[in-house]
Order: sequence, then structure tokens, then C-alpha cells
Amino acid sequence: MSTDTQTPSYTSKTLSPQVDRIGLILLGIGVVLVIAAFVFEPVRAAFDASILYLFMVSLAVGAIFLIALEYITGAVWSVPMRRVTEFLAGLSPFLILLVIPLFLNLHDVFHWTHQEAVNADPVLQAKTPYLNVSFLTVRTIVFLGIWVLFSMLFIRNSTSQDVTREASLTTKNVRLAAVFLPLFAISITFTAVDWGMSLDPHWFSTIYGVYYFSGTVLAAVSAVTLIVILFHEGGYLPGLRRDHFYSLGALMFAFVNFWAYIAFSQFMLIWYANLPEETFWFMARWENGWQFVSVLLIIAKFGVPYFALLSQESKMNTKRLKIMAVWLLVAHLLDLYWLVMPTHSTGASLSWVELGFPVVGVGMILLLLSWKSKRYNLVPIGDPKLRRGLDFRL
Amino acid sequence: MKKPLYGLTALFDTPDALMHAVEETAKAGYTRYDVHAPYPLHGMDRAMRLKPSPLGYFALVFGLLGAVSAVGLMTWITLVDYPLVIGGKPFWSWPAFVPVAFEITVLLASVLTVVSMIVIYFKFPNNSHPLHDTPFLKRVSSDGFGISIEAVDPLFDEARVRGMLESVGGKDVGPVYFDVEDLNHGQKVFDLKFVGLLAGVGMVVSIITYLGLNVMLYMEPFSWMMEQEKLKPQAASALFSDGIGMRPPVEGTVARGFLPYPYKGRPEDAGKYLVNPLPVTKPVLDLGREKYMTFCSPCHGNFGRGDSRLAGQFPNPPTLHSDKVRDWPDGSIYHVMTDGQNVMPSYAAQVSRDERWAIVHYIRVLQRAHHAKESDLQ
Ligand code: HEC
Repeated sequence: MSTDTQTPSYTSKTLSPQVDRIGLILLGIGVVLVIAAFVFEPVRAAFDASILYLFMVSLAVGAIFLIALEYITGAVWSVPMRRVTEFLAGLSPFLILLVIPLFLNLHDVFHWTHQEAVNADPVLQAKTPYLNVSFLTVRTIVFLGIWVLFSMLFIRNSTSQDVTREASLTTKNVRLAAVFLPLFAISITFTAVDWGMSLDPHWFSTIYGVYYFSGTVLAAVSAVTLIVILFHEGGYLPGLRRDHFYSLGALMFAFVNFWAYIAFSQFMLIWYANLPEETFWFMARWENGWQFVSVLLIIAKFGVPYFALLSQESKMNTKRLKIMAVWLLVAHLLDLYWLVMPTHSTGASLSWVELGFPVVGVGMILLLLSWKSKRYNLVPIGDPKLRRGLDFRL
Repeated sequence: MKKPLYGLTALFDTPDALMHAVEETAKAGYTRYDVHAPYPLHGMDRAMRLKPSPLGYFALVFGLLGAVSAVGLMTWITLVDYPLVIGGKPFWSWPAFVPVAFEITVLLASVLTVVSMIVIYFKFPNNSHPLHDTPFLKRVSSDGFGISIEAVDPLFDEARVRGMLESVGGKDVGPVYFDVEDLNHGQKVFDLKFVGLLAGVGMVVSIITYLGLNVMLYMEPFSWMMEQEKLKPQAASALFSDGIGMRPPVEGTVARGFLPYPYKGRPEDAGKYLVNPLPVTKPVLDLGREKYMTFCSPCHGNFGRGDSRLAGQFPNPPTLHSDKVRDWPDGSIYHVMTDGQNVMPSYAAQVSRDERWAIVHYIRVLQRAHHAKESDLQ
């Protein structure tokens, strides 16, 4: 290992224009499909928009969380790939675009927004201090504000370090991380409650926020892993080695287990207590075809990735990591579908309406990556921990 | 006697210097050497050119063993040994097994992996090592980074190794010798004094704990189940207007299994009107035998001959094989058990209704066995 002050030579690169073009095409197709969905099946489309919002929050806010985690723990291994995480975190401002359709269609999605239903229902009346549209609006704006603010501050400090090489910028980000982490816990929990749990306003599960958190971090880690490996293969992140990929794989594996642990905890307590006001939520997911989705979810988000990532070798195998990253992102989408959709349709079904939403998401991410890569270095070249990060060994 | 040489050791000030030395050592072709540092060093395994440790497979096997045995144990308990209906759930309620299976899996995987590491790699029970109690080991367990190359290495040559270690910046390069005493008296773990000391410490600690916690200041280990928000029998309660916690049964109702006995004090009517509701089947007879042996045999003898095992502490009952009892209808025997007869008390509180009828069947078996007819022998 050499001293910290020495920085590796870096020649700035931008992603191939291909990325731009594909991103634009996907976004175009996606938007057309989404508009068609809202025209022909507005209610189902509104539910799909909720799923997309929760998915993109997972990627964007999960990425901010990973950045904060690196700073607060003083981790060095992830420094060389932090720019990728920062690019993903740069999605945060665009979440505002994604939340607008939700507010336009609140009435289609949320039972508790129906005044006559609330009037006839003492349980909903008791929940109105929390479940009302104005408070929901305030909460959403505050959370989005926190995410946008912190992602911008983290990224600004990190990117200006490329030029100034000031070590104090790292200290600033450590402090930011300390402030952000509790805010993250609160905002992600209530986002899950607001856009997921309150779909069934009678139902409650105190672990629901953690459930969403576990999937969120898993999705963010998977997305970072996927992009990092693709960048590495494209020659954009040459310094990485299997020690780095192993660490990403280990994080993925850890959060696969964490998700399964939380998911099972939620299920087991409700199954054991067997109270009708709690079990109906699982019953809705164990009838009319949803049981197949439930089993598929267990296999997809736990069974397959668990065995695929168990061995040490597999966590260093970039090809397998790439496949598992895509797999887990799809599994997270399935998870959100499983959380949200049964409220809309009691029978499990897949419709063309769903199609456009993930396409919009992928298009947005590609465009974002290409745009960010033009503005910023792909490696945080001014970070005092970069040398150690590149030299990282297991 | 000259002490046999164990090997050479060298100290380094920084992990980087050690890492460099290790790379050189591995490059020179040495294989029997080890590295000592106060904390784990990233990348050391690879610098030493170690193969991946097989311990992972131990963990896998022990983990699987834990999972299988936990699920097997709970399956056997809930299906075979003690089937209990809990919360109206099926006997084999696998979700309830998952946490236990998970814990046992982790427990066995971790504990047994450490144990096998100690047994296989540290050669338990041998606990002596030439490096123990050397100044070298004191340094590398506080602030030094060291390497030791063993004399058994095929390439070992004291002068060459010393030169190599010094050339890569090693300090305090010096030999370490086997302790002859240690060599002759290995396996110190099973030394009588050591084992005795361990046992003594264990005993003293247990006694102090017992005296301190249980005798001097009585402390309940767990009281969560004892202190519940519930009314205990005989306790007062402000909730009810009469101030009594125990409630009488609702007027006109009878608790399950507590049907009042209509022939109290009327043995004749019992004999006349009561009919044994149970069929004569093997399970019923088995039940009757079990209950007879438990509740009746102490006084009436194992075969109903009136040969009490109470050795005169209680008046001996008459035999159950008398013509009188053999001619009694089932209801009369049932009545004696239910209502008592003279000094024999009622067993209605201990033995349920069906069990009493099963005992009646079993007494009939005993009587038949005692007065077997010719035809029974064919
Ligand atoms: C504590 C000892 C004791 C136990 C236990 C006991 N008995 Fe008795 N049993 C007696 C005595 C003593 C008598 C004689 C009572 C009397 O003086 O009429 C008796 C009488 C009887 C009689 C009437 C016999 C007769 O000739 O009048 C029957 C039938 C009987 N017992 C059945 C049972 C059964 C069935 C059980 C098990 C549930 C049982 N007993 C348990 C002590 C016992």
C-alpha cells in the first residue's frame, strides 16, 4: 500500500452515446404506454404508478443510504465505485415527477380518501388524524425535500472534492450522514406506510417499514452492483478487482437474508396470533391465484438468490453477480407488485397496463447515467480514501 | 541436552512491511511459516498464498445437521410424543419451527466449527506451542507485526532464513527453541491440577451464585409468566360488585366434563339404569388397564385380588372376583368408583367419566381371566 496522498491517474470518460439513445427510446416508449394505460385503465394504471414510485424511491433513496453508510462507517472498499451510487442517488429530484400522478389519482387508489367510507367506519375515523390528504401531502413534500436536499449535498461535496481535493469535504459528508441516517429511517418507514400499508387502511403491521427498507437496500445494492460491473466491463472503472465485487456480493447476500428474515417475521407473528383483523391481508395474498405469486416471491427473492450467492466464489463471479443483480431488481418489483396489487384486483393477473411503468424507470436511469457521466468523473478522484479503496484486499 | 530449534522469528513495525516480507517469503518458496499480528490484516491470505480454508464446509455440514435435527425433534414432539392442539393449528405447524430451526442451525454451525477448528488445527488437547511466553509473542499481540519460519520447512537453513528476513527489514531476528519440558509433558489441558482448578472455580462460582441469588436475596430468574394481568383463584377483585375474583358458573349451565351424577347415594338405581357406553375395543381396554393400574391397583392389587400394596395402612378391600361383584351390572361398579363405598372414597375427581367406564371393562377382563371357562381355552 502506498500513502494516501498519491492519487491514481485518471482520464475522464463519458458513456457511449448508445446509452443516451437507448434511454431516450425506452423513455419515449414507456411514456406512451403509460399515457395509454391512464387513458384506458386509469385505476389499474394508478396502482402501477404507485409501484413504480415505490421502486424508484428504493433505488434513489437506497443509494443515498449507501452513500451515508460509507461515510459514517469510514468504509474504504466502496470509495472507487461511489460515483455510481451518487449517480443513482441523483434520481431523487425526479421522484417529484413520479409522485405527481399518484396525487392526481389518490381517490382511485386509497379507500380512506372516500369521505362517505370514512363516515361509515369508526376505524377509519380513528385514523383520520394521520390518514388525511393534507397531512399526506405535507409528509410527502417533507420527505422528498429531505431526499433531494441530502442527495444534492452529498453529491456536491463529493464532486467538488474531485477539484479541490479537500479532506474536510469528507468530514462534512460524515456529518451529513449522521444527520441523514435517522431522517432516512423515518422517511422510508412512513413512505412505506403512506403508499403501501394504507392501501388497506384497516390493516397494520409494525414491521412494514422495515420490510420495505430491507427490499429498498437490496434493490439499491443490486442496482449499484449491476452498474458497477457493467462500467467495469466497459472499461470505465478499471481499478476494481474481485475483492470489491465480493464485497458487493456479500452485501447483496446479506440483504437477501435480511429481507427473508423480516418477511418471515411479519408472516409468522400474524399467522401465530391468528387475529382476523391482521390475517385478512395474508389471506388476500393466498387466494385467487395470488398464492402462486406469493410462492414465486419467496423463491425469487430468497430461494434462488440465497443458493446462487452462498459460496464465496459466486460472490466474486461478476457474471453471476450481474445476473443476480438483474434478478433481484425484478424480484423487488415483484415484491412491490405483491404488496400493492391485491388491493386493486382480488384475482392475480398481469395486464398490458403494467408494461410501460418499468420501461419508464429503466429509461430514466439510463438517461440519468449518461447525463451524469458527461458532467462528472466516474471515479471520485479527489477522495483521500481512494488509494486505499483501490488497494482494498479481503 | 541441546534444545531443538523451532524456527526463526522476525518483527516488523507496520502491516505493510510485514505484507512485503510475507510476499518475499512466499516467493522464496517457504511453506512452513506463519504470520502474527494484533488484528486481522486484509489481503494477508493471498500474500501467504493460502488455499481457501475448508472450514466453510464444516460450517455447512454442521448447519445442515442443526437444521435437520431441530426440525426432526419438533416433528417428533408434535406428531409422535406429545401432540397438542395449540391455537387450533395443525400439529405439524412448520412456521413455528422456523425460528427454532434457524437458531439451532446457527448455533451448531458456529460452535461446532470453532470446536473443530480447535481440535483439528490447534491439535487439541495439545495446548503448548514453542512461541508461547516468548517476547516475540508479547510484541505481536500488542503493537508488533511478526513472521515465524519453522525449522521443519524443507528449504530451512538458519543462516539463509536469517539473511532473507533481515534483507526485507525484519528486526529482532532470532531463534525460538522447543521447550524440552513441554515436549515431554504435552497435553497440559488434561493435567490433573488444571482440570481440578477448573472444576474448583466452577463449583465456587456456582455456590456463590446460588447463595447470593437464591438464599440471601431471593431473585426470580423470570417472572413474566407469573406476573400477568389476570385474576388468580381466591384473589379479590374490584371489578365485581361482590369483590370476589372467582365467578360462579352461569346459572343453569354445566361446565364441560362436569355433568352432575344423578345417582348419588342410590347404588341400586345406578346398577339398574346405567349402561356402559364404551365399546370393548383394544384401545378402550388399554385405557382401562392404564387407569386401573394407576388408581385402583394400590388397594385392589394388580389383578383385583384385594392384595393391597399398602401393607395394612388402609383396610384391605375385598376381592373383585367375588360372585357378588361378578354378578353386579356394570353400573354398580361404576357407581362405587363415582360415589365411593364405605371407606373407599370417590374417584370421580381424578378419573374422568369415560376412563371409569373403561376401567369397568377392564375389571370384567380380570374377572373373566380368573374364572376362565373351558371354551375360553380354545
Ligand atoms: C384407597 C384404597 C382403594 C383404592 C385406591 C380403590 N379402592 Fe375400591 N375399595 C377399597 C375398599 C377398602 C373397599 C371395601 C369398601 C367397603 O368396605 O365396602 C373397596 C371396594 C370396592 C368395590 C366393591 C367391592 C365389594 O365387594 O363391595 C369395588 C367394585 C371397587 N372397590 C372398585 C375400585 C376401583 C375400580 C378402583 C379404582 C378406581 C378402586 N376401587 C380404588 C379401597 C380402594
